[in-house]
Amino acid sequence: MADQPVHSHAEAPACIEVVEIVTDYLEGALPPAGALRLERHLATCPGCTEYLEQLRAIAGSLRGVTDDSFPPELRDSLIADFPHLRNR
Amino acid sequence: MPKTSPQEQDAALVAALRRGNADAFATLVDSHSPAMIRVALAYVPSRAAAEETVQETWIAVMRGVDAFEGRSSLKTWIFRILTNVAMRAGARERRSLPFSALAEAENTGEPSIDPDRFLPADHALFPGHWAIMPTRWPTPEEGLLAGETREVIAVAIAKLPAAQRTVIALRDVEGWSSEEVREALEISAGNQRILLHRARSRVRNAIEDYYGAVEEIDYDAVTAELMADTAEKETDSD
Repeated sequence: MADQPVHSHAEAPACIEVVEIVTDYLEGALPPAGALRLERHLATCPGCTEYLEQLRAIAGSLRGVTDDSFPPELRDSLIADFPHLRNR
Repeated sequence: MPKTSPQEQDAALVAALRRGNADAFATLVDSHSPAMIRVALAYVPSRAAAEETVQETWIAVMRGVDAFEGRSSLKTWIFRILTNVAMRAGARERRSLPFSALAEAENTGEPSIDPDRFLPADHALFPGHWAIMPTRWPTPEEGLLAGETREVIAVAIAKLPAAQRTVIALRDVEGWSSEEVREALEISAGNQRILLHRARSRVRNAIEDYYGAVEEIDYDAVTAELMADTAEKETDSD
């Protein structure tokens, strides 16, 4: 392990490639060998680790950030019409 | 209470709708309408048109519920009807591309991060390595949605192209699984991930811009720093 370069480019993807595959990684869509290469890269690359954590944070914290609720008056009139909709 | 499968839950809900149970209908309307508005907005040009599309869809769902056979989930079935209604509405507005075509049109191969943020491909020692690392964000206890970041994120999502906006809204804002999104929008797993990645990347970039603009890059200084860093790590591991 001692002789291993910080970034072994023959095997590991470069950072500019890593930023394009982190979502595939987070989604579990990378083939096992690809995931392993990415993890080896992450182990020595603070920049890519930070990037991965940022995308993970985004993925995990957007619940309810924008509100697209159905206007209450439309909802209520739809539900009031429900018996008629079923009786046609 | 015994745990019921999603199929059993759908069957119970459909039976209640067929019996004319208004509470079941209200529950369904409340749980799916926000996501339906998000999807409708990919096809029609305005919020008002999207609301109208959702309303029309619910009417079609109730009229057609006797024909539901349970071959897909109830949710998928509802969203297929929504897509048809929205496409017809979109056609009236001369915007009737199927979602997969919207997705294709947005697939421009644009990089997630400005390539200038990385050392050039012909760099002797560290090709393609970060020249300017991702700017760190303060991470408050309450997470990204605390305070002003929430507005930054909301604006960034609103500015996304339609297909990307729809996918991130369903996955991350509504919390759907990738399978649910693929089925409702009729796109491949790969396309779903591409759209999600582009959308999350753009939101990330917007947050980064908010916390600190990236300054001009001195590639020589970055190289020197990386070399010093590498030497230090090699010394450590010896």
